[in-house]
Amino acid sequence: MKCEEFITFLADYLDGELPPETVERFQRHLDGCRSCTAYLATYRETILMARGVVGVELTEVPEELIEAVLGSFG
Amino acid sequence: MPSMDVVAQSQERALVARLQAGDAAAFETLVRRHTPALLRVARRFMKSEEDARDAVQDAFVAAFKSIGSFGANAQLSTWLHRIVINACLMRLRTQRRRREEDIEEFLPRFQEDGHQVTPSRQWSETAETILQRSELVGVVRASIDRLPDTYREVLLLRDIEELSTEETAKMLGITANAVKIRLHRARQALRTLLDPYMRGMQ
Repeated sequence: MKCEEFITFLADYLDGELPPETVERFQRHLDGCRSCTAYLATYRETILMARGVVGVELTEVPEELIEAVLGSFG
Repeated sequence: MPSMDVVAQSQERALVARLQAGDAAAFETLVRRHTPALLRVARRFMKSEEDARDAVQDAFVAAFKSIGSFGANAQLSTWLHRIVINACLMRLRTQRRRREEDIEEFLPRFQEDGHQVTPSRQWSETAETILQRSELVGVVRASIDRLPDTYREVLLLRDIEELSTEETAKMLGITANAVKIRLHRARQALRTLLDPYMRGMQ
């Protein structure tokens, strides 16, 4: 397997959507390729970072918004 | 979505019944209870606070219009979550950025032999440590905002709002396969944008 194939089908690999023999080829490639090992790890961290941003966002709700919503049905 | 206990469920059913009967106090309860969550979602999608607030207003208008068809087995928070996402997508559609950065430039490039032109390297930081530093949270957010809208929307829907591939496809009017392709490209592009920050740090 080439790095290009590994990276192109990486999301399917992580979703567990590949047949077992393909997964085995992915794992063999990973064993011998530091670049793709790094790519896989950093791709996973990217997803975690996107998800994590949600937990640390602005939480204050302006009363004027609530008033505006209620006003539009007054 | 966490399942509700029996008391909360019967309270919600009572609230829905009052909403469906046009009870003004019930509308106020709904708006006060759910505006914080809806605004948080809208702030993720919209680039300005003003647009986020407008989308929340749109969402409540849409919710009030369709409360009559609210299903007996549905959950208000889930239902409103989908409505505010739709409101955001509609607003984004009408204000698509004129010049979107092409996503190709953020995707990995390969040599003829299939190796990456620039080999990937491990990051010295993890998501967990990054998210404790507010300036870097800003970098992550700004990087998501740099993605072209069609890719950013899929990333938000799938990875952040945690909708299924099928539901995302339905909301965007594209195929499930297109969702998968866009999501993978969006993550790759985001990875490229974060790479210099994540590698360069101690």
